[in-house]
Amino acid sequence: MSPHDKNKVVVPIGPQHPSLKEPGSFKITLDGEKVERAVVEVGYNHRGIEKACESRNYMQALYIIERVCGICSHAHTSCFCQAFEELAGLEVPRRAHYIRGIVGELERLHSHLLWLGVAAHEIGFDTLFMYTWRDRELVLDLLARIGGNRVNYGVNTYGGVRRDLEPELMQDILLVCDHLEEKLKYYADLAMTETTLIARLKGIGVLTAEDVQKYSAVGPVARAAGIMADTRIIEPYGVYKEIAVTPITDDHCDVYGRTLVRVKEMLEAIRLIRLFVSEIPAGPISVRAPRKLPAGESLSRVEAPRGENVHYIRSTGADMPDRVRVRAPTEANWHGMSHMLEGFQLADVPIIIAAIDPCYSCTDRAIHLVGDGVNQLTDWEQIRLMGIEQYKARGIDPSAIKIREF
Amino acid sequence: MLLSILKVLLFPGLLFLSTYSFLLEYVDRKVYARMQNRKGPPWYQPLADMLKLIGKKVIVPRNAQKFVFAALPTVSLASVCAAFLCAPVWGMTAVTAYPGDLVAVLYLLTIPTLCHFLAGYNSHEVYSTIGAFRTLTQMFAYEVPLFMAFLSPAILAGTWSISGIAAFYHAHPLYTLINLPAFFVSMLTAQSKLERTPFDAPEAETEIVGGALVEYSGRYLAFFRATAITELAAVASVLAALFLPFFSGIAWVDFALYLGKTLIIVLMMVLLRATMARIRIDQTLKFFWSVLTPLAMAQMIINLLLRGLLGL
Repeated sequence: MSPHDKNKVVVPIGPQHPSLKEPGSFKITLDGEKVERAVVEVGYNHRGIEKACESRNYMQALYIIERVCGICSHAHTSCFCQAFEELAGLEVPRRAHYIRGIVGELERLHSHLLWLGVAAHEIGFDTLFMYTWRDRELVLDLLARIGGNRVNYGVNTYGGVRRDLEPELMQDILLVCDHLEEKLKYYADLAMTETTLIARLKGIGVLTAEDVQKYSAVGPVARAAGIMADTRIIEPYGVYKEIAVTPITDDHCDVYGRTLVRVKEMLEAIRLIRLFVSEIPAGPISVRAPRKLPAGESLSRVEAPRGENVHYIRSTGADMPDRVRVRAPTEANWHGMSHMLEGFQLADVPIIIAAIDPCYSCTDRAIHLVGDGVNQLTDWEQIRLMGIEQYKARGIDPSAIKIREF
Repeated sequence: MLLSILKVLLFPGLLFLSTYSFLLEYVDRKVYARMQNRKGPPWYQPLADMLKLIGKKVIVPRNAQKFVFAALPTVSLASVCAAFLCAPVWGMTAVTAYPGDLVAVLYLLTIPTLCHFLAGYNSHEVYSTIGAFRTLTQMFAYEVPLFMAFLSPAILAGTWSISGIAAFYHAHPLYTLINLPAFFVSMLTAQSKLERTPFDAPEAETEIVGGALVEYSGRYLAFFRATAITELAAVASVLAALFLPFFSGIAWVDFALYLGKTLIIVLMMVLLRATMARIRIDQTLKFFWSVLTPLAMAQMIINLLLRGLLGL
């Protein structure tokens, strides 16, 4: 113990703390106001989601998947449906893809507006918090009209969507988009000019491009470090195969960069919604899905507002999945958290935690190690080879792509 | 004698102070809410909050010194009330005006901050200790520019009495304009003294859960809350007397003017609170020492020179 150790305090941020919206524990060792060490402990919110899915049939599992996340419920069901449809070999109608796209982008809008408000509250800027949450209500009202609920809309089903969009509803979506665009431009302007906001966000919670690769960060955290990690672009699915998304990155690598990325993504979401609404084709909205899946496994990726969602289904041919794996984006972003926190001030801790837009209960998993304690190691090269095999089966050959060395 | 005791106790003394503090808190919260697109509380909410807190159970931390823990809220409230009595409310002269009362007021207004520090330090809890040290750090940041900005008008007027300063600027209204930079500095330092956004790092709810007062509950917390709102009234009154010294000479008109002036100052403070994010404690220190202190110092030197040049 060095003589300075008695000057160090360990501040527990959580499990219960006003800045955390869900329980999670961060043990912050302080040297004065500076964070010297940060230990992240999650696991207060384990709900056994995957096991619950495995003990129910596919239709019931979909309702549980809808409730993995309270904010990005649509992204999760889209991902799970995609995995199901791939195994079942279903051809989803184009109109259904477009409706999934519209709801998905509306969800991105309301998730990012929520984030902006929470972030503003963390740095004591309650006025911005109230403004963004007021605007978020418009989106939530639209989603409630589409699906009947403000958060768990229940739009997705296997083989398509459950609810069609009426023409007058689409007109209202466009009206809300016009209204929101004006507000969002104002917030973007605010983020670029407001002195105290910039002073609080710039240069903190740095995660450089190398660190992003090292800690496998996803979503806006990666994009703020200049890495184009957007599943909609790198592996287009559904409607994004037809309508391209404009890549949005930033090179600040810090919380400020993440803010800018999210604000710009909201403007992009509005552009996409307008395009989807204008180009939506007529036709059926779903095809009949089987009760049972043929034996096999499938993995699907969807870009949720917080980053890349990964869902895995293994089927033995029954009407219940044999194994379900849900990798919510926050699960990938936790790994870099200690690195992001260390070296900054205690005052920055809440906003750095908030900057990855953490979703605690979506993330918590219990891991049961199978085997007699012998580690199984699969190195990067083997994983890559497996990935190439997987993509070759879909008709894409990524083996020519060179990856960066770290 | 009896009349002056009544003046101190009822009007324009303590009874008026408590009523007006509740009104100012209402204005503060309501206008803040309207700026944020919220409805805001009804007019009786500050009083209701206070009554509710007084009725709540008091928990004293096991490690804290009980007497100090209980005495600090009372001491801080008493010092703010004593400071308020030196500000002119009814007419141009305060209830207790004496030579040098400006300096006394400044020291009396420091006591609540020190009480906050002691309260946090005495609670022996990690959040309150950090809050306590932030309170003290912030005090070292704003105290120098605050003193210089508040004393600048006094230097030009050549008196250390608040009522005397008010009388001087009433006689020479144009000289008030000279003190505008000091007014700017004192608005910001007052915001910092009252620990309001953007300078509320000592009680940052999302970081240290309310800071120094985190262990306080029940009537002790109610007293600290009362301190905060009476401090707002007292600081606004002193600022009005020093920097907006416009009087008519008729007592009740002056009283109306006083209400208007303090309301304007409180509204400006609400505007500051609503339009900014909370800055970090190191940024606060840097801002006060590198921007406001030189500005306040320049104002002081200018006022000293002007006093010689104008032959006052």
